[in-house]
Formats: sequence, C-alpha cells, structure tokens
Amino acid sequence: MLSKRIIPCLDVRAGKLTKGVKFQGNIDIGDPVEAARAYYEQGADEIVFYDITASAEGRSIMIDVVRRVAETIFIPFSVGGGIRTVEDMRRVILAGAEKVSVNTEAVLNPAVIAEGARAFGSQCIVLGMDVKKCLNNAEIPSGYEMVIHGGRTQTGRDALAWAIEAERLGAGEICLNSIDADGTQDGYEIELTRLISSHVHIPVIASGGAGKPEHLLDVLTRGQADAALIASMVHYRTYTISEIKRFLQDRGVKTRLHW
Amino acid sequence: MIGIVDYRAGNLTSVARALEFLRQPCLVTNDPHILDDASHIIFPGVGAAGAAMENLRGSGLDGHLRKWVKEGKPVLGICLGTQVIFDDSEEDETTCLGIVPGLVRRFPADLKADGRRLKIPHMGWNRVVFRKDHPVFAGLPEDAEFYFVHAFYPAPADEDWAAGWTDYGIRFCSAVAKGNLVAVQFHPEKSGRPGLAVLDNFCRWGGTYAQ
Repeated sequence: MLSKRIIPCLDVRAGKLTKGVKFQGNIDIGDPVEAARAYYEQGADEIVFYDITASAEGRSIMIDVVRRVAETIFIPFSVGGGIRTVEDMRRVILAGAEKVSVNTEAVLNPAVIAEGARAFGSQCIVLGMDVKKCLNNAEIPSGYEMVIHGGRTQTGRDALAWAIEAERLGAGEICLNSIDADGTQDGYEIELTRLISSHVHIPVIASGGAGKPEHLLDVLTRGQADAALIASMVHYRTYTISEIKRFLQDRGVKTRLHW
Repeated sequence: MIGIVDYRAGNLTSVARALEFLRQPCLVTNDPHILDDASHIIFPGVGAAGAAMENLRGSGLDGHLRKWVKEGKPVLGICLGTQVIFDDSEEDETTCLGIVPGLVRRFPADLKADGRRLKIPHMGWNRVVFRKDHPVFAGLPEDAEFYFVHAFYPAPADEDWAAGWTDYGIRFCSAVAKGNLVAVQFHPEKSGRPGLAVLDNFCRWGGTYAQ
C-alpha cells in the first residue's frame, strides 16, 4: 500500500530561505539547495518550495535554485508562488521540478489549471488552497471560504466547491492550507481536511498547524490526508523527519522507512 | 553512452540528471542514428498512451525501438515507456508497440482498502517485491519503496515476465523483464537511493537474463 508522505515546506525569497533551517550542530542553512539536500538525507518523501519573491529578477534566481535542487535530490519536488501562466510552469518544470502549484492565480483564472494539465499532465498540477473558517451561508455552504493573496483577500467562494471544480479542471493534487491553523503549531484543521479529502478523488496534502508528531498522526488518520506538510517543527530541529516517520509507523500509519 | 529516447512525452531531463549524478554518460535525443550507437537505451515518458504512440509512429521511432530490443541492446522502459511496449492500452484504446505480449489496464474505479475508496492515480511511494535473480533489481533493500504516478498498469500475457509486484487495492505488475528488456512502472529517477541503484544496475547490465 501507499505510504503516507511527509513533506517539508521551504519558503524562498530571492534565492535564500526566509526561515533558516537548523541542521546538525545547529548550523543555520540559508541555502535552499543545502536545506533540500538535508531533508532528502533525512527521508523527506517530497519537498515543497514557495517562492515569495515579487521581482522578475528574483524569479530567474528561483529557476537557478530549481535547477540546482534537481541535480542534488532524487525525489519529487514542487514549486509554487507567482506561477500565472503555462509559460511560467514550463520554465519551472524544464528546470527540473516534478510539479508546480498554483493558488491565488488559479482562483483569479481557473483556466490555468486546465491549460497546465493539458500541457504537462494532471500529475504536474498542484492546487494550493488557503482556506478560512466562516459562518456558513448560501454562498459558502461548507463554512470554509477560499482566501487569496496569502490570506489577505476574502473571495466569497466556497472551499469545497472550489476543490471539486479544480479537480474537474485537471488538478492532480491539492495542498490544503488552513489559515486559521497556520503558524499556531496547535495541530492541523482536521474537519476541513477530512471534508475536502473525502469529496475529491485526488490526493490531499494537509498544511498548517503542525507542531508535533501527534498532529500528523491525527490528520493522516481522522483527517484522511494523503500527505502532511511540515515546516517549523523540522526547520528548528525540534524533530527530525525520521523521528516523525518512526512515530507514525509505530502507530500503524505506513511511512517510507528506507531511503 | 546511454541513449535516452526523446519522443515528446514529458520532461526527460530528470532521467538525464540522475544518470549524470551516477557519472554515466548519457544523451537525450530523438535521432535514431545517435541512439543506434548507444550501448543502452532508456525509454521514459509521462502523459497519455495515445499521444505517445502518435509521436512514436510519426517519428519512426517505433520501428527503431523494436529493432533495438530485437538486436539485444539493453533497454529500460519507465512509466509510460513501459506501458507502450505492450500490445494494447485501455488508455484511449491505443494499439501499442507489441514488443511484449500483454495489455495495459486501468485501475478499477472502486478500489478499496480498509473500507475507504483508494484514490486514482496511484501517486506516491509504494513497495515493489522483485524477482531477486535479476541483475537490474539486485542488491535492493527488502523494504525499499519507489515513487509511482499512474492510473494504468501493465498486465503481461505471461506472468513469468513480471519481475516485480506492487499492492494497491489489487496486486499489479510494477516491473517487467524479458530477455534484454526491463521496464518499470515507477520512476527510478525520483525514487531516492533505491531508484538510483536500479538505474546504476541497468547501466552496468550487459542485457542477458535467463528467464
């Protein structure tokens, strides 16, 4: 059977990590390529990069980062942030990324999902969703609203309806981030994750709120997530990926233990 | 030199990068004359079977592939490259290369495990139980896992050609071996060290295997 995937997320600005990654001997790794290598060695099943650079110059730096990562690690990795067109996707994929993720861009222009899936296959297209809990109403029956621009803009769109629509358009996977849980380290939004995961047929990566291995156990079982995104809990060396995997495996969640 | 066949089926640079990491000289090309001189052929690919076969027929690479297999050159199929070596694929009802007798089937939509419906495509890391006597699959750790992304799977006509099996609601053939041909449904170039070991073994393999 498939293993549940553990995926560290790295935020990159102008070619540098925005949060340092502490590694052996508490050495601060500010270089995304070295951080990717460190997580690859620890047993990451995949790596997610978010490019939070705004400038065109920064984008070229990111393409160079992608190329160097692809020469260094031999597991899938995805790149998101500012990808608006099929041409943007092509640059990232040709540089060596397995997948691209679209978030705000896809809400503003859903056709980019279908165009990307047609050009590269659905397996390349990850839909990033930033979701916020709200009072349910006629527009938002699920009680979860899509937000964009990193959580700053409400859209009035129902998150569940958008997930189903994006799957129909050709998204191959969903990376589901709860804005409410993000950064709290108090655990993932289990209800939201289960709601989305049980209504789509594509894999769902849970994101936002991971602080300890119990949180991953919860979202991968009750939350029905196929994979879990982690950041601070490994960046600051509170846990290693192999510790987390061992914890899950001991509690009956199958993970990849040999790499 | 290892020749990587480019037939416009996805991004083939990741296979080349893995071989470069292994210090195996390689070239991604659609030129059959250059590939004629290659010691080994890797035939990768992602995408749909119908479009892939159109590209192969249009470029004449279909005939060359049959010829390289016939000549005894070691050939490695990966993912879609593995699927199109069979007679037919259920994807787009495609007539394929017919190098290995058998079919490519779609995963049933109602696959279940522990009472929950399994997602299609089969995407992520899964185990492969290999035939231990094949040089390309030698020396791999017992619990090694490989990275898969696919909605269709190979079903060789003769189970003796199955060199690896994987469970995903059903037990399916995830590695094929027939003479000088090996073919895998997973992506060795994206499967960490065990995947690199498969590629390295292939590059060092002379192409003989007693079934």
